[in-house]
Amino acid sequence: MHPYVLATIGGVLIGASAVLLMAFSGRIAGISGIVGGLLPPKPADDWAWRAAFVLGLVLAPLSLALLTGSDRIGAPTVGPAVLVAAGLLVGMGTALGGGCTSGHGICGMSRLSPRSIAAVITFMAAAMLTVFVARHVI
Amino acid sequence: MREVLAALLTGFIFGLGLCISSMSDPAVVQGFLDIAGDWNPTLLFVMAGGVVVTFIGYRLVLPRGRPLWAPKFSLPAATAIDAPLLSGAAIFGIGWGLAGYCPGPAVLSLASGRTQVAIFVLSMLAGMIVVRWMRTQRSATMPPKPA
Repeated sequence: MHPYVLATIGGVLIGASAVLLMAFSGRIAGISGIVGGLLPPKPADDWAWRAAFVLGLVLAPLSLALLTGSDRIGAPTVGPAVLVAAGLLVGMGTALGGGCTSGHGICGMSRLSPRSIAAVITFMAAAMLTVFVARHVI
Repeated sequence: MREVLAALLTGFIFGLGLCISSMSDPAVVQGFLDIAGDWNPTLLFVMAGGVVVTFIGYRLVLPRGRPLWAPKFSLPAATAIDAPLLSGAAIFGIGWGLAGYCPGPAVLSLASGRTQVAIFVLSMLAGMIVVRWMRTQRSATMPPKPA
């Protein structure tokens, strides 16, 4: 199947997941928020569903690998030093900005939240500028 | 218990979506962000599919007043477009561009067993912990900010 068709099907599944989580549990499917609630200094009281969501997330590629022979996980494109720096930035930025590509991008934009729309424009622009500098300037 | 089951199932569906759409490949994500290079629009189709389904789905679900297996909808209360939101989003964007990983695909990619993915995820968790810790320090020394 064409990559864009697969991308659209994948997007529909992500949307279906967000809608079902809201319908059953009343929660926003924002990964940074779900993971953040598992962390010190004060893990959330409702850690169990958060841990279950993360478990489901990791089980998906493992199941795909069993069924189709491929987990469809790509290799990192940068070395360990950049991964550490990027990881710290992603962790701090999503905690400070209250969301990531899923929470602000999928759920927030679908609620037409001005806050989320502003966040998405900002992180898209920052990410595009970063890739531009890293690939075409440096 | 039912909330745990719902989360396991929806986490799994979310993960399948990320894998099928290739968002589990940082090269594809960076290909979308590289607008001056060999631009790869894949991420746009993922976003469009996700937002359209969620937009319609939320409009069917939220008017029902309460979720099926929980007492109430837990929707974000914050509405202000303030400095923490914009600076946080900008910092996140720089990290996302550098490595091509946002939190979902990064956590999911742990399943590959690659040490480099674990390095990214541990760094990401450390970054989250730093901000959460700074927040508790601030709320311990200052009165809570009115919403």
